Amino acid sequence: MKFFRSHVLVSIDPQCLEMGAREIVDALNTELADWGLADEVQILETSRIGDPARFGPDLVVYPENVHYANLTVDDIPFLVEEHFLKGRVVEKFRAQETLIVDEELGAPKAKEVRVVLRNCGKIDPHNIEEYIAEDGYRALANVLTGMTPEEVIDEVMRSGLRGRGGAGFPAARKWQLCRQVPDNPKYLTCNADEGDPGAFMNRRVLESDPHSVIEGMIIAAYAIGASMGYIYCRAEYPIAVANLNIAIEQAREFGLLGENIFGTDFSFDLEVRMGAGAFVCGEETALIASIEGKRGEPRPRPPFPAVKGVWGKPTNNNNVETYAVVPQILLRGADWYASMGTEKSKGTKTFAIAGDVVHTGLIEVPFGLSLREVIFDVGGGIKDGKKFKAIQTGGPMGGCLVEEHLDLPLDYEALTAAGSMMGSGGLIIMDDETCMVDIARFFMEFTQEESCGKCTPCRVGTRRILDLLEKICNGKGTLADIDQLELLCDEVMKNSLCGLGQGAPNPVVSTLKHFREEYIAHVVDKKCPAKVCRALIRYEITPACTGCMVCARNCPVEAISGEKRQMHVIDDKTCIRCGICAQVCNFSSVAVLS
Amino acid sequence: MPTVKSLEDLKRIREEALKKREIKTNQSRVQIIVGMGTPGIAAGARDTLKEFLSFIEEKGLTDIAIRQTGSFGLDAMEPVVKVIIGDAAPVMYGKVTPYAARQIMELHVLRGKVVEANLIPTEAK
Ligand SMILES: Cc1cc2nc3c(=O)[nH]c(=O)nc-3n(C[C@H](O)[C@H](O)[C@H](O)COP(=O)(O)O)c2cc1C
Repeated sequence: MKFFRSHVLVSIDPQCLEMGAREIVDALNTELADWGLADEVQILETSRIGDPARFGPDLVVYPENVHYANLTVDDIPFLVEEHFLKGRVVEKFRAQETLIVDEELGAPKAKEVRVVLRNCGKIDPHNIEEYIAEDGYRALANVLTGMTPEEVIDEVMRSGLRGRGGAGFPAARKWQLCRQVPDNPKYLTCNADEGDPGAFMNRRVLESDPHSVIEGMIIAAYAIGASMGYIYCRAEYPIAVANLNIAIEQAREFGLLGENIFGTDFSFDLEVRMGAGAFVCGEETALIASIEGKRGEPRPRPPFPAVKGVWGKPTNNNNVETYAVVPQILLRGADWYASMGTEKSKGTKTFAIAGDVVHTGLIEVPFGLSLREVIFDVGGGIKDGKKFKAIQTGGPMGGCLVEEHLDLPLDYEALTAAGSMMGSGGLIIMDDETCMVDIARFFMEFTQEESCGKCTPCRVGTRRILDLLEKICNGKGTLADIDQLELLCDEVMKNSLCGLGQGAPNPVVSTLKHFREEYIAHVVDKKCPAKVCRALIRYEITPACTGCMVCARNCPVEAISGEKRQMHVIDDKTCIRCGICAQVCNFSSVAVLS
Repeated sequence: MPTVKSLEDLKRIREEALKKREIKTNQSRVQIIVGMGTPGIAAGARDTLKEFLSFIEEKGLTDIAIRQTGSFGLDAMEPVVKVIIGDAAPVMYGKVTPYAARQIMELHVLRGKVVEANLIPTEAK
């Protein structure tokens, strides 16, 4: 067995790559080879070591556990000669701060349970052996050598696993439907398009633990009787694509993909397809069209992909996370999985928490935690001691939930009943300085832009809804516009071809429901209560002003005048409402009025 | 790369993978520290180091960390090697040729017997 006296973990975080991490790896390899050290020191790439903003391109050397940070390619010859040849730690390259392990994920926060994310940051995603060390491919072995496809479907059915891509359809039911279609060959697709703004749950799994997705897909393929699979990964995730390709290649080398897996007569292979860049390509019929090389546009269902999918053949489509938990379910048993969560939502779910909370980022919690627990215990509460106002769940097609919903359990049924949805797991938390009309406008802007244009209700409807919202935010709206908005939302939801149009009005509908008075304030009083909409606010300097002139110097349009040590004045006609004066004032003397 | 054809194959690869991971962790019971200053390298410390590595590889040993350090400051004794096993006091060896490295592995590390011939007496330290 090859023995390396030293291992070097090098961060290949996208930001580090931008700062030259690839060149550093290449230089390490060249320098080590030049000194004849290549077979003594092993270079391993890892998704992230320290926060790139603080540590820059960095690496850790084991067994010494020395963290070198902010490296450039020019540092490498000296580093290799000193550290690896002469055994001297190079103090000047050492990280100034102690490293907090895997900052993106960190140690599990209160109430977190990691199933999907269990390997993230712990194993080297470029090394299949590290996955195998964590019992990887063990479930596949058990399945192929000891279970019938029906038994696999049964076990997953009993676990209660539901699709993690949005709708929450029971995974095993979908597999069963596809299995029963008397047509061959059958295909498998993995939806790794993750288009929700701010969501990166799938990305983390794909980058840090690609084999769990691959193993889950092979098991699903066996259960369904599929012979070929496609992972449809968005092009904006180059590292995920690269790591998937490496993982697929390694799985093939090990005989875990390809012909006669585990010496059985089951054969299956996988390919990565890069996304076409549109949000709608995440919709499953559009995704299938895109895989076939056609325009990524949705088509009416039925027929469902289980009947007619890729190349017109029966196809099972699941989300990254759905597949990634399958090996764990088969390894640890349906009962174990079903012991977590609520009656109808079993297991755990990853979420990306964003917005005005103390701890933003990726979390994994059992279903059934209350929104309150997620926001205040896991998320650490609202930032800067402000008050909670609303939470948007389910991404851009989800809805806003408010104070009265905080004790709802986080599960599929409860969120839907409250007028929102689980979606893929984006949670955007908003404090009391958020304008809900502006938020609705923000989400509509996204969905309008992403509407593929195939069906009229969505193409024209989202545009009209956005126009109305912009009108209201600009202070030109009327009460009739609000009625019109409601009517339009209803029509677009009812008549659109796919989930995009059917869901796009949700942020408007839910904010209208919970914050109607804010809409009315915009159109009747011409006020933005949260003081966000530029057309409806103005800035005024109060007597607390010391005449320090900082605001006047920073105003980009020279709208502020006044003598030194005299109170300053803003010329409202010139002011563009950028808010810079309020930000730079050291005496909190700039007031925002509406 | 090995082809996995059975659960047994997989288990074997898993065992190997776990062993490799152990090497990476810092908690090895045996620590062998080779002085790599300029005098050490001049006296052949690289060959000594490589001998330790190939011995470990040949025998498939685990729970051993081979580490380097700068010079121990004992130029006349180079190559100098420090061996630490568990909680026992460190033992210093001098003039560790590849042959001596092998002796240290065979006798001291594997059988717990200090190699007297290369021992650096306490007063020299
Ligand atoms: C506009 C739109 C975008 C979607 N984007 C995604 C996506 O990025 N990832 C995903 O898994 N599902 C997405 N879906 C849902 C998929 O159509 C499909 O329901 C899902 O991939 C099924 O997998 P699951 O059963 O494992 O949840 C999207 C749906 C719509 C309507």
